[in-house]
Amino acid sequence: MQEEDMAAVTDKYEDAIAGLSRLLSVKSELQSVAAVKVQQITAELAAAGNGFDPAARIRTGFDHFKKEKYQKNPALYGELAKGQSPKFMVFACSDSRVCPSHILDFQPGEAFVVRNIANMVPPFDKTKYSGVGAAIEYAVLHLKVENILVIGHSCCGGIKGLMSIPDDGTTSSDFIEHWVNICSPAKTKVKSEHGKLSFAEQCANCEKEAVNVSLGNLLTYPFVRERAVNKTLALKGGHYDFVKGSFELWDLDCKIAPALSV
Amino acid sequence: MANLATSIRTHFAVTPDSPVVSPRGSPSSVLGLKVKERRSHHSLADSMSSLRVKASNETPGLVQEVRRNQSKRVEKTKFGPDFTEIEQRFLAFKKHEYMENIELYNSLSKNQAPKFMVIACADSRVCPSVILGFKPGEAFIVRNVANLVPRYEDGPSETNAALEFAVNSLEVEDILVIGHSCCGGIRALMGMQDTEDTSSFIKNWVIVGKKAKISTEAAASDLTFDQQCRHCEKESVNRSLLNLLSYPWIEEQVMRGKLSIHGGYYNFVDCTFEKWTLDYFKTISKANDGVLVVKSRSLWS
Repeated sequence: MQEEDMAAVTDKYEDAIAGLSRLLSVKSELQSVAAVKVQQITAELAAAGNGFDPAARIRTGFDHFKKEKYQKNPALYGELAKGQSPKFMVFACSDSRVCPSHILDFQPGEAFVVRNIANMVPPFDKTKYSGVGAAIEYAVLHLKVENILVIGHSCCGGIKGLMSIPDDGTTSSDFIEHWVNICSPAKTKVKSEHGKLSFAEQCANCEKEAVNVSLGNLLTYPFVRERAVNKTLALKGGHYDFVKGSFELWDLDCKIAPALSV
Repeated sequence: MANLATSIRTHFAVTPDSPVVSPRGSPSSVLGLKVKERRSHHSLADSMSSLRVKASNETPGLVQEVRRNQSKRVEKTKFGPDFTEIEQRFLAFKKHEYMENIELYNSLSKNQAPKFMVIACADSRVCPSVILGFKPGEAFIVRNVANLVPRYEDGPSETNAALEFAVNSLEVEDILVIGHSCCGGIRALMGMQDTEDTSSFIKNWVIVGKKAKISTEAAASDLTFDQQCRHCEKESVNRSLLNLLSYPWIEEQVMRGKLSIHGGYYNFVDCTFEKWTLDYFKTISKANDGVLVVKSRSLWS
């Protein structure tokens, strides 16, 4: 912008502000109305400034999906409109880089997917975190999935947050630390077994140990335990490393032993 | 449904004879990628010992144990999944996506900076990455039953922990709550006779959408149950948008124009997508609980 143009714009702005101030000095009862309008203008200008149009972005995505997937598979989508019968329930992190539909190419209808911070499963407790319990109950009892897969990943911010909670337990967030503390047994294990490793290496270990804690927590749901024991439901852990481009998969061993008579 | 069930089963190639997990002596190397199946036997010590006690109280003669440090082959069963399929899919992803876009993935491995946070249902048919084409790095996604957002006052939940991270740490610019047709969670909510019923997890959770049920019953009492469910699917999105404003750090960002809140509705029966944006200043100026004002509504078909 030329210097003269900039000066003209600045003059115009200052005149506008001066006009508003004069009005409010005479009619102070208008101050609250003016405050709201100024906030609104400020918000609009802030939003318009960055050039990203979220509506256009998702419109493009939806149009592509409809044309390239939906309209090319009418039989599949026709059946899916009537109902779903996924064989998998998947727990994955909310991290933008680890969507199971990308890395494991799950198609519509294949996997009932829960995504939360650090892909955690809290233990059975109807009073806390009923959202996860609801998902497990729905998947196991209603959809009758055959597999539950819990997938951790590299550079997980939630795990890093867990590992960063001070030993005295003080927290600085409203909800995050309360949530990630679900997997504090994993943190305890890593610190005791790998205390000499760097913080980053401890976090990497914790990403996998936390998956194991979640798998164990799954077994605290009676309807999961029953099916895991009679082998109608398989529980597996996974870890996606997007730095190395690798994927690990493992089992939780589950065995019935005769009860000891006391 | 018979055709669909068959095609999916074949896709995963579940056969009675394939072992669930085959023991391997050493990792194999495919495409320069070490693919290994590792057995990890997790012992939970205290929590599992209490589980053992509980199990024997509830079901005499039945105790589960998780054994540590034993390479025990998991019993094969005709119900066991063939996870070779999962391995193959990952390898295909690695070859056709990851390696083809290695610069993007290298950059993402250092940091994520998604502009979107999406709250969608866990339903297998409505993954936002599929229906809206989000690529890795674009959207921080929470998926729960019936895409519900509880209020700040209701205390900790998995959804609001994710909200806090997305808004305060990742500083996303847009939150999109997407409802969908034929939602089982909304159906369960609308079917609840007694909203104090806490006998199941599902009921305990979907009650977050109680106000949407009440306003649906008031507005659509002459419609069939199915039609009421359709109405509630959208009403519950609107309720969730209002619940988002109950978080002080969300409202502050919206007020400053740094964060926009949108609702969406995916109808997979006719493949349409409706979207709308919360008009924050008009909504708060009404000073009226439950009255949401929206703008920029559009329907894509």
